[in-house]
Amino acid sequence: MRLYADSARCSGCRACLVACSLHLFGENNPKKAALAIVSHFPTPGTFEVRVCTQCGDCAAACPVDAIHQNEKGAYYVEPEGCTLCMACVDACPEGVVFTRPDVDYVWECDLCGECVEVCGPGVLWIAD
Amino acid sequence: MNGYGGHILRVNLSNGTITKEPTPAEVVRGYLGGRGLGAYLLWTEVPQGADPLGPDNKLFISTGPLSGTLFPGAGKMDFATKSPLTGGYAGASMGGMLTAEIKYAGYDSIILEGISPKPVYLYIDDDTVELRHAEAYWGMGSFALEKKLKDELGEEFQIATIGPAGENLIKYACINHDFGRQAGRGGVGTVMGAKKLKAIAVRGSGGIPIANVAEFTRVAKEAYRACKEAEGFEAWTRYGTMIITSWCDENGALPTRNFQSGSFEQGPNIYAPVFRDKIVVTDKGCFGCPTPCGKYSYSKKHDIYVEGPEYETNGMLGSDLGIGDIEDIARANQLCDELGLDTISTGGAIAWAMECYEKGILDREQTGGLDLRFGNAEAVFPLIERIARRKGWLGNLLAEGVKRAAAEVGQGSEKWAVHVKGMEQSAYDTHDATSMLLAYMTTDVGAHHNRAWAITYDIAVGRDKVTPEKAAKVIELQHIRPLMDCLGCCRLQWVELGLSLDYYAPAMTALTGVEYSWDDLLHISERVWNLTRMIWVREVEGFGREWDAPPPRFVEEPAVGGVTDGKFTPPEAAQQMLDFYYQQRGWRKNGIPTRETLGRLGLAELVGA
Repeated sequence: MRLYADSARCSGCRACLVACSLHLFGENNPKKAALAIVSHFPTPGTFEVRVCTQCGDCAAACPVDAIHQNEKGAYYVEPEGCTLCMACVDACPEGVVFTRPDVDYVWECDLCGECVEVCGPGVLWIAD
Repeated sequence: MNGYGGHILRVNLSNGTITKEPTPAEVVRGYLGGRGLGAYLLWTEVPQGADPLGPDNKLFISTGPLSGTLFPGAGKMDFATKSPLTGGYAGASMGGMLTAEIKYAGYDSIILEGISPKPVYLYIDDDTVELRHAEAYWGMGSFALEKKLKDELGEEFQIATIGPAGENLIKYACINHDFGRQAGRGGVGTVMGAKKLKAIAVRGSGGIPIANVAEFTRVAKEAYRACKEAEGFEAWTRYGTMIITSWCDENGALPTRNFQSGSFEQGPNIYAPVFRDKIVVTDKGCFGCPTPCGKYSYSKKHDIYVEGPEYETNGMLGSDLGIGDIEDIARANQLCDELGLDTISTGGAIAWAMECYEKGILDREQTGGLDLRFGNAEAVFPLIERIARRKGWLGNLLAEGVKRAAAEVGQGSEKWAVHVKGMEQSAYDTHDATSMLLAYMTTDVGAHHNRAWAITYDIAVGRDKVTPEKAAKVIELQHIRPLMDCLGCCRLQWVELGLSLDYYAPAMTALTGVEYSWDDLLHISERVWNLTRMIWVREVEGFGREWDAPPPRFVEEPAVGGVTDGKFTPPEAAQQMLDFYYQQRGWRKNGIPTRETLGRLGLAELVGA
């Protein structure tokens, strides 16, 4: 299973990011989400949604074996094991392994589905 | 403080002092935030009689408790100031991403005071707050500068700018943000221009504290689901506010040729499906909006990008000017945005001038050579530019708004200067809709629709009926809709998709940890309404009933064509509606709140009644 995004439907509202941060951190803070929206304005006027494809490159790159798969098949980072070496961040082809100065580990999508629930235009879905 | 950024940022542009003050808990308990906080600060901080463009006036940029949270439509904010257009209260709402970012930076309100000696912009990166040089940006277009600042500072920064219209002190200059969102009405951009503040750039890294995360998330997600499952969801998100153009046209509410008519013979050319199919590039939502009304467009004919036109712009730069080409309306919209003009007042001012021209009151010399016939888009484009730059006699005249322009030109042109309190009327014809006419007469910024929109109600109960129930409906709407502006969220989820009002109080309770009932919230909204009324009473000498007078167009002249052909509201009917309204509000016959009313709303001490 993985998260899919149809960027053409995205209106850039960021509800997905807030829902994600509430799930991951219990915080209402879209800068702590595990997906990203890139705006291309004023031209050509499009939004680009970046999501984890569960390719596993992060786990392969992790030198301390801190990235494993959860019951849904999502790669997740074990906070205790993470050394913030950034190998997974560099390895991620989508740029969706995230860090912030106030968090001492990296994080990524755990396929919880909260973003899908709040997305109005139906940009996001989870499927095999 | 749960639900809030926690601080108020005070920026003195005269001497460059920047201070951070805790947001007073008792004030937000009494006024919530957004529009309520802005009105409170305007009352308490701006001295009576301040020149709107002088150093004593202030601009209050306020977020609401729901702003930036998971609640649907939480992307709204309020700009409050003493209006250079009307001389009274101005409170302009804006969507986009800025309100959330200000909250994440830890602020509930930004107070801009004084006047900078040189053009500057305000840089906010959490606690790092600086006034930076902006001489190089002075003269730039709104979105050209937004793009430049994003390139320089980073995509995460949210930017608000003024265009040349704000710099040149056009009385209805707007503030632009997010490549297409505006705080449009009442000259909030003019005040920013007077303060020599060209832009604001904000980035915030923090979150918003929530009293009960699980409960708030539950309520917010339920509200999201209700929006997505609403019957009108698909059509609304496809067309946005443009969806109403055809309805207005069919019901005699589409302003046409300076509100001479409520229906437009070229109407179908500017209906929503034409718009969507011809020029829309993408849907563009404000922060946290499951039902995005924003449509970002590209006109091949003019080779321009613009967010819109939305309905009000379609009416005021389209049918009200006799223009029936959606791409020409998009072009006029884009010019207003880039130059920093409110599209509604700009349309109203040009429509008034076109009528003067067609009636022979303005000649071609006075129009600076422009053939200002209704429908001539080629004359409208340069005129917009001349207004924004105060170029030529007509550009300079229209830059003052229709009330002042008509007073200068005279010759009966006051009769078709369509405004209330000096603010040009937005895009609903009110020849035959007594509730909506009353709404325009009594709205606390002037003739704007956002505080109460009652035409469907008029049609349901009888358009020309004059009843106490109609006044009661206007008051009910004037409490609910502006409440959303206090909360910092959009009203359209409720208005357009019927999102239950039952979500709002539980969301506020879970967010803030303070028990709110719906009635508590409405009571606060009524308090704010009476406070904005008292701002008018304090700031406008001799303020009273005549300031609530309807535009003569709707009470003296019949509409021409469409379903309202031959209809108008007799002046005594409009006055009777006002009597009902004052009585129910607890205001005297002269339109001023009684001491008892102010006491009931907890305002007596504040306003010194």
